Amino acid sequence: MSELLTPSQTVGPYFSMRLPWPEGPFVVPEGTPGAVTIIGRLYDGAGNVIPDGLIETWQADPDGRFAHPDDPRGPVPAGYKAFRGFARAQTELDGSFRIVTLKPGSLPFGDGRDEAPHIDVSVFSRGMLDRSVTRIYFPDEVASNAADPVLATVPADRRSTLIAVPVSDGLLRFDIYMQGDKETVFFNM
Amino acid sequence: MTVSEQGLVVPDSGKLTLPQYAKPQVGNHPPLDFPGYKSTALRHPTQPLVLLPQRLTEVTGPLLGNDLITMRDADLTTQHGGEPQGQRIIVFGQVRDSGGRPIPDTLVEIWQTNAAGRYRHSREHHPAPLDPNFDGVGRAITDQGGRYRFITIQPGSYPWGNHYNAWRPAHIHFSLFGRAFTQRLVTQMYFPGDPLLAYDPIYQSVPDEKARERMVAEFSMDDTQPEWALAYRFDIVLRGAAASVFEEPHA
Repeated sequence: MSELLTPSQTVGPYFSMRLPWPEGPFVVPEGTPGAVTIIGRLYDGAGNVIPDGLIETWQADPDGRFAHPDDPRGPVPAGYKAFRGFARAQTELDGSFRIVTLKPGSLPFGDGRDEAPHIDVSVFSRGMLDRSVTRIYFPDEVASNAADPVLATVPADRRSTLIAVPVSDGLLRFDIYMQGDKETVFFNM
Repeated sequence: MTVSEQGLVVPDSGKLTLPQYAKPQVGNHPPLDFPGYKSTALRHPTQPLVLLPQRLTEVTGPLLGNDLITMRDADLTTQHGGEPQGQRIIVFGQVRDSGGRPIPDTLVEIWQTNAAGRYRHSREHHPAPLDPNFDGVGRAITDQGGRYRFITIQPGSYPWGNHYNAWRPAHIHFSLFGRAFTQRLVTQMYFPGDPLLAYDPIYQSVPDEKARERMVAEFSMDDTQPEWALAYRFDIVLRGAAASVFEEPHA
């Protein structure tokens, strides 16, 4: 018999007292060779920016590995010491956020297929009683994305909401729309 | 089928054996669209959610902690030169999964109002006094038994704009990671006997009454310290092993 879970509640308007920290948006330090910056804005259903949101990301390293005991492939070689896999960024008054990371590698899905490089994303804000979960995929991974077992389950006409848009070398844009014509695909787990 | 280090059942799935976390029961978490809480209207997804299988990215997660915090982060009453105003309280508890297994070494972050119901935040304009000796923010790491402990001040109630004469019950915000992306939780701890709970759409948004009551701390006379502080126990339950998923199908 399993216990009831502690329910989720909104992060509210004042989380920035505690949750952000200066290195939060940096999966790797700025200036790390090969670093990718991902910028974006968070929008509500009226098309207005959400200026009090919190974006968190979690991802594999460039070799597709996790420094975590539940990655059954064992310890990670010490090649990415400054890599923490995690980023936390609050949105600014214009709804914008920014993280600096390394592009993750592909991952074995467990059945012989591979998952395309991706970043898991949690979105929190006032007015959200639970987080919303989405994923960032990469625009230069056309073949991998086409074979990705998760993207394959997303309605074809909405897949593009999960693929970041190239802006310039090392810079991608990933806007998040909670509702509307461009509503981002969100997941449950 | 094997059992992982933390007791989760791990199925054989191709070349990878990964823990799998149970889905919450219906009514355990609030709906994302809840008309009683007006700000949900434009901030909830309207399209059906897509099922995300729990694979490597979902069953791992950030193991944050010791480099982020110091001992004084868990005592919100000694972060300044003087003592804050208000009723001193001890808030303690265990972080565990729904199978009852403690979750050690996980970061617990809290934020709250001061005794007067005022947050130290630039966008807060409730006409209640700030307290120069109280920031209302804390961090702790759970020990090997999943236990954490904060010393703080009883937070106050405060008005908000959701509806006429809307007041939030006193609460402390909690943020937790567990050990996997799937377990991430942000919640609020409430106080027993608060008359505002009955009127609060955020508290009432949780459909299951028993689940709702999980968010109400329990007063503990045993842990209350004579001549010093009242104690409240707040245990936090995150998603645990999906045991039933791997039962043999009936022939």
